[in-house]
Amino acid sequence: MTANGWFQILLYLLVIFLLTKPVGIYLARVFEREKTSLDPALRPVEKLIYRLTGTDEKREMRWTEYAAAMLLFSGVSMALLYLILRTQKWLPLNPQKLPNVDPWLAFGTAASFTTNTNWQAYSGESTMSYFTQMAGLAYHNFASAAVGIVLAIAVIRGIARRETDQLGNFWVDTTRCLLWVLLPICLAASLVLVSQGVIQNLRAYSRAKLIDPYTAQAAGANGKTTAQRVTEQVIPQGPVASQEAIKELGTNGGGFFNANSAHPFENPTPFSNFFELILIFAIPSGFTYTLGRMTGSRRHGWAVWATMAALFLAGASTAYWAEARGNPLLHGVDRQATAMQAGGNMQGKETRFGIADSALFATVTTDASCGAVNSMHDSFTPLGGMVPLVNIMLGEIVFGGVGAGLYGMVVFVILAVFIAGLMVGRTPEYLGKKIESYDVKMAMLSILVLTFTILGFSAIAAVEPFGTASITNPGPHGLSQIVYAYSSSAGNNGSAFAGLKVNTPWYNASTAAAQLLGRFFMVIPILAIAGSLARKKILPASSGTFPVTGPLFTTLLVSTILIVGALTFFPALSLGTILEHLMMLAGKTF
Amino acid sequence: MKKNLVIAVRFTLVTTVLCGLIYPLVVTGLAQMLFPRRATGQPVEKNGALLGSRILGQEFQAPYYFHSRPSAAGTGYDPLASGGSNLGPTNSELIRRVEERVRKWRAENPGTPIPADLVMGSGSGLDPDISPGAAEFQVPMVARARGVSPEALEALVKQHIEGRQLGFLGEPRVNVLELNLALDRLYPLRGRAAR
Repeated sequence: MTANGWFQILLYLLVIFLLTKPVGIYLARVFEREKTSLDPALRPVEKLIYRLTGTDEKREMRWTEYAAAMLLFSGVSMALLYLILRTQKWLPLNPQKLPNVDPWLAFGTAASFTTNTNWQAYSGESTMSYFTQMAGLAYHNFASAAVGIVLAIAVIRGIARRETDQLGNFWVDTTRCLLWVLLPICLAASLVLVSQGVIQNLRAYSRAKLIDPYTAQAAGANGKTTAQRVTEQVIPQGPVASQEAIKELGTNGGGFFNANSAHPFENPTPFSNFFELILIFAIPSGFTYTLGRMTGSRRHGWAVWATMAALFLAGASTAYWAEARGNPLLHGVDRQATAMQAGGNMQGKETRFGIADSALFATVTTDASCGAVNSMHDSFTPLGGMVPLVNIMLGEIVFGGVGAGLYGMVVFVILAVFIAGLMVGRTPEYLGKKIESYDVKMAMLSILVLTFTILGFSAIAAVEPFGTASITNPGPHGLSQIVYAYSSSAGNNGSAFAGLKVNTPWYNASTAAAQLLGRFFMVIPILAIAGSLARKKILPASSGTFPVTGPLFTTLLVSTILIVGALTFFPALSLGTILEHLMMLAGKTF
Repeated sequence: MKKNLVIAVRFTLVTTVLCGLIYPLVVTGLAQMLFPRRATGQPVEKNGALLGSRILGQEFQAPYYFHSRPSAAGTGYDPLASGGSNLGPTNSELIRRVEERVRKWRAENPGTPIPADLVMGSGSGLDPDISPGAAEFQVPMVARARGVSPEALEALVKQHIEGRQLGFLGEPRVNVLELNLALDRLYPLRGRAAR
């Protein structure tokens, strides 16, 4: 570990802290329909969209209609993506003449991008046409991010409003989210990325003549290796920057290329890396302030922020420490960080990022439900790889996905005030709203859906041949590969212990099911809570009210999250990453 | 419900045109106008021939070139198959591969500790860089094969070290393709036909 590494991690948190208030205020203004400086340019476009779609912008919805509209939009747009994937051969902007995507992969990919997971069982550079990347995949990065954001806004309205059943209009919220928040930021951000070297064009791939041609041993069809003369390198092209910006800002994570943000064309410099990291946390962190502002308790917003920041620092430090120590099984390798080399466990990491930026990225991308990677988590040390896994298992509420992180955290807040209420023997209250049995049941439901999805599918895949045949790292690591796959799917993250061979009918179908369950069966109970809270009266605080601000509350919230997470997933972790760590120290390989 | 379904269909189409076509095409236009070279992958050309991209790594096997890191992309540095090996830390295949590389490099420069990045593959399989330590480690091999003094090569390596961006971001590094092109320019291969 180096002082410079720690400096980057702390500086990152400082930048996020400074962005929280301005982003939070802006989000609140957009959805409260207050004036913003972009109104003169965007208001006409907004009105045009309402006219074209037949939306009545004055009408609001109850939680059931809000949920129905969200499901209809997700369903229709998922069907369109499936159609694009299955017909890309006949569509424009396909200079590489890539064929149509096969049905299982198309279904898996459509589910994955609709749910903001962006789990990828394919290599973008050799599977997806430019049209598919732009109008199919990048479009869903916008759509699924907007859906996450407006759901969180509906939940905040539920907390803030009183004695009403109206939570807003799904179409109006989504339109304003796209026009005021996602598109303008992405437009600027994609140009910043291009200035660092992220490519953006519609050309066909070009061929470079190698200055040092060589002979490679390639595996032939019959399993024998054959010598093959390599004299050229194909240079891929494509509209990458426009997708990269929304991939990070919308915490989507689906890479244009297979190597994702490790690829030099997606993430060419340490600055582009730092900038992408900021895009990931910008909206989720701002949302804590939006929560505070819209509910009238800014201190509650900051208490939630502090909870997230504490869990973030714990994860980033652990990952950095574990990766900087490196792998003791590799003898003869200099693991010491010096001015001349990053040292540590460089397997699966880029030279320009080194250990600190890779550990930081792995932590941030799984704290949020982003899932972009700038290094290969499968090759992390056991404890280093446990950090992203645990982050996802906790429900991605450490800043979390855009919107999803906030409404996920609200579930834990409700659980925390419920537990506090039990301890002192009073009816729990949250910002003046009585938390009753219906609300706690719905909160538990959304937590249990995640648990059952992750552990249920993992259990099947860990014992059935169609599950275990895909393992590529034997021993305890193999179990981690499977558990990571379903955690990532159910949590809508999309990162992976990517060695697992997932382009099989079982994995395409089961991860898609986990993604859909993890997204929609989590969201619907939460919207039900919002609907229930909105109907309630706001009671004045009394001396017996447990405060949802300050260090005591933050401590309680952190404990609730860790206890729920630990009780649920400790057995799976101890048989996977923890066992592997002990085996590694004992010098055992598999 | 039916009304919302109609809106959903129209909304999907309208926003696909807006976010899926207009937005990326506007970005493409602006990018090509403002940063034409960077938006097309920083091509490296010599006498009209494309030699590669400045920021995509290439495989080098001849001893008179500096070598890139091990790559798991296809047969090595194949941009159509970007990615890492994804071998886990206790996988005996990883241990075997790294030990093999350690043996190979130790023979080239005995007694010097081997930098981690030189024997461990990158995440993209297309890493254009090696650490300054990994470049310096290879100086004896390249100096012998090219018939150049090690001091001259060390100076060349130093010139090609790119420090941390803004002084603190990322890690110092050396771009292998640029370093090797500089080698060819300053110390052309004599008597050995450029293959």
